[in-house]
Amino acid sequence: MSILVYTESENGKYKKSAFEVASYAKTVADQMGTTATAISFNASEGESLGNYGVSKVLNIAGDQFNTFNAEAYAKTIAQAVEKEGATTVIVSSSANAKYLAPLLAAKLKAGYAPNVVEAPSCTAPLTVKRTAFSNKGFAHTEITTDKKIIGVSNNAYGINEIGGSASVEEFSAQIEDGDFAVKSLEVDKVAGKVSIADADIVVSGGRGLKGPENWGMIEELAEVLGAATACSKPVSDMGWRPHGEHVGQTGKPVASNLYIAIGISGAIQHLAGVSASKTKVVINNDAEAPFFKAADYGIVGDAFEVVPQLVEKLKEFKAQNA
Amino acid sequence: MKILVCISNVPDTTSKINFTDGDTKFDTNGVQFVINPNDEFGLTRAMWFKEKQGATVHIATVGDASVEPTMRKALAIGADEGIRINAVPTDGFFVAEQLANVINDGGYDLVIAGRESIDYNGGMVPGILASLLGYNFINTCIGLEVEGDTATATREIDGGKEKVEAALPAVIGGQKGLVEESDLKIPNMRGIMMARKKALNVVEPVDATKATVDSKFEKPAPKGAVKLTDSVDELVSLLHNEAKVI
Repeated sequence: MSILVYTESENGKYKKSAFEVASYAKTVADQMGTTATAISFNASEGESLGNYGVSKVLNIAGDQFNTFNAEAYAKTIAQAVEKEGATTVIVSSSANAKYLAPLLAAKLKAGYAPNVVEAPSCTAPLTVKRTAFSNKGFAHTEITTDKKIIGVSNNAYGINEIGGSASVEEFSAQIEDGDFAVKSLEVDKVAGKVSIADADIVVSGGRGLKGPENWGMIEELAEVLGAATACSKPVSDMGWRPHGEHVGQTGKPVASNLYIAIGISGAIQHLAGVSASKTKVVINNDAEAPFFKAADYGIVGDAFEVVPQLVEKLKEFKAQNA
Repeated sequence: MKILVCISNVPDTTSKINFTDGDTKFDTNGVQFVINPNDEFGLTRAMWFKEKQGATVHIATVGDASVEPTMRKALAIGADEGIRINAVPTDGFFVAEQLANVINDGGYDLVIAGRESIDYNGGMVPGILASLLGYNFINTCIGLEVEGDTATATREIDGGKEKVEAALPAVIGGQKGLVEESDLKIPNMRGIMMARKKALNVVEPVDATKATVDSKFEKPAPKGAVKLTDSVDELVSLLHNEAKVI
C-alpha cells in the first residue's frame, strides 16, 4: 500500500503543480502511515521531488510520451498503481489531469473527487473537501471504493519543502498503438506566456475597457507582474479577446494568489469563477460595482488613469526590490 | 450520423446557492433549472450537424420527472427524441453507467456531453462513459468537425490549444467554443409546439456503482470588507506588506 502521485512535467521540467501535488501526497501518506511514490513521463531531476516528501519516483521514458495522450498516460498510471499496490492516486487540476483522471477512475474502478482544497479530514472513509457549485459552495465528499483518486485544486494546498532526495526508477508499461487512437495533430501554445492555470497573478479586463484596442495597458500590467491575462465573459463573447482568456463559471476558474479585475463589474458567475483567488483587487469607476463587495482591495477610479499609474509604480517597485 | 447529447439539469448560473436538511442537500427552493451550459454548447453544435450533415440528434438525461421541462427545452431547440433514465443521479459513476446502458442499445456515432456540470463539477461523466463504452474520448473541446468516420477536434489545454483526431464512435467533452454564445438558440413557438409531440422515452435505471457520497455541504465564509484607496502607491504597499502577494 502506498500513495501514487502523478507529477506533471513539460519539456522534462516539473511544473509548479507537481510540487503541490507531491506535498499533498506526502501529507496523505503520513495520515495513512505509508510513503508517497511519484510517477512522471520523460522528466529529468526526479530526485528533486524528495524535497516535497516523495520517497520514490517512477519515470517513464519514451518519445511516444512527449505529447500528452490521456488514454496512454492513464493506462500507464493504472499499471503503476497495480505494481505499487497503491490505494490512493493524487493528481492536479490541470486540463490534462482532468482529462486523464476519469479514464483512470474507470480503469481502477476508483471513486474520484476533483477540485479538492484541503488535506483529507478523515481517512476511513476517505473524506475530502472540494469546491462545488462552481465555487459557490463546498462539498465534503467520501470516496467509498477500494481505490481512490483525489484531484487537488491548483494553488489551494500549497507547497511544503522538507528537504531530501527521492530514488528514481525507470518504469515501462504495456502500451499498444491502439492506446494512441486519439492522435495529436498540432499543439498551439504561446511561447513564454504564463497560462491562467499556472499563474500566480492574473490580470483581467472587462467591458469597462471599452474596446480591444485598449488592452495594451492590461498586457503591460501583466508583463510587469509576470502575470497571465484574462477577461470577463462579455469581452470574450464580443470577440475582443480569445475564449481561452474567459474566466468565470462557464469559462476557466482562477485560483491565483492575486487577481486584479479592471473594468469588471462582478456578475455572480464571474465572482464564482475567480473566488478561489487569495487576494482580489478591483479597479472600477463605479463605486457600486458588485465586485467591490467580493474584493480585498479596491480603487474607485478611471482605469485609463489608474492602470498606467499602477504600471509605473510597479516598475519602480520592481526596480527597488529586484 | 446519429448523435446523442447528454444533458444535465442544473441551477441557472445566476442562482444563489443554499443548502438544507442540516447542510446535507442542495436547496432547490426558488431555483430555476436550465440545460447545463457546457451541454448546451454541445447541443447547439449537434444542431449544426443536423442542419448541415443530416444528423439525427437524441438527448439523454438521468433524472426524475422534474427534469422534463429542461429536456423539453432541448427538444424545442431541435433535438429529435429524448431518453430519460428514471433515477436521481448520485455520482459520476452512477450517471455514466446509466448512460452507457442506453448508448449500447442506441448505435450512436457521436456522444457529446459537457466537460462538467456547473453544479457538482465532477467533470468525470464523459471520460468514464467513454471508457465503459470503449469509445475514443476527447475532452474540453472548443471545436469539432466530423468527416466520414473521423472526428477532428480542437481542445483547450493550459496556455493554448491542441488539434486532435479520432475515429468514431467517440465521446466529446464539450464547452464554450464548440459554438459561440451568440449561436445559442432560444426556442421559438413552433419549436416549443413541436417539442410537445416528440418522443420522450422513460427508461428504468440499471444497478450501478456508487463511488462517492457528498455527505455535507458548506457555503464559503463571508468576505471581510474591501479596503478602498485612491492611491496606487498605497495599493502597491498593501499588496507587498499586507497581502504579501508581490
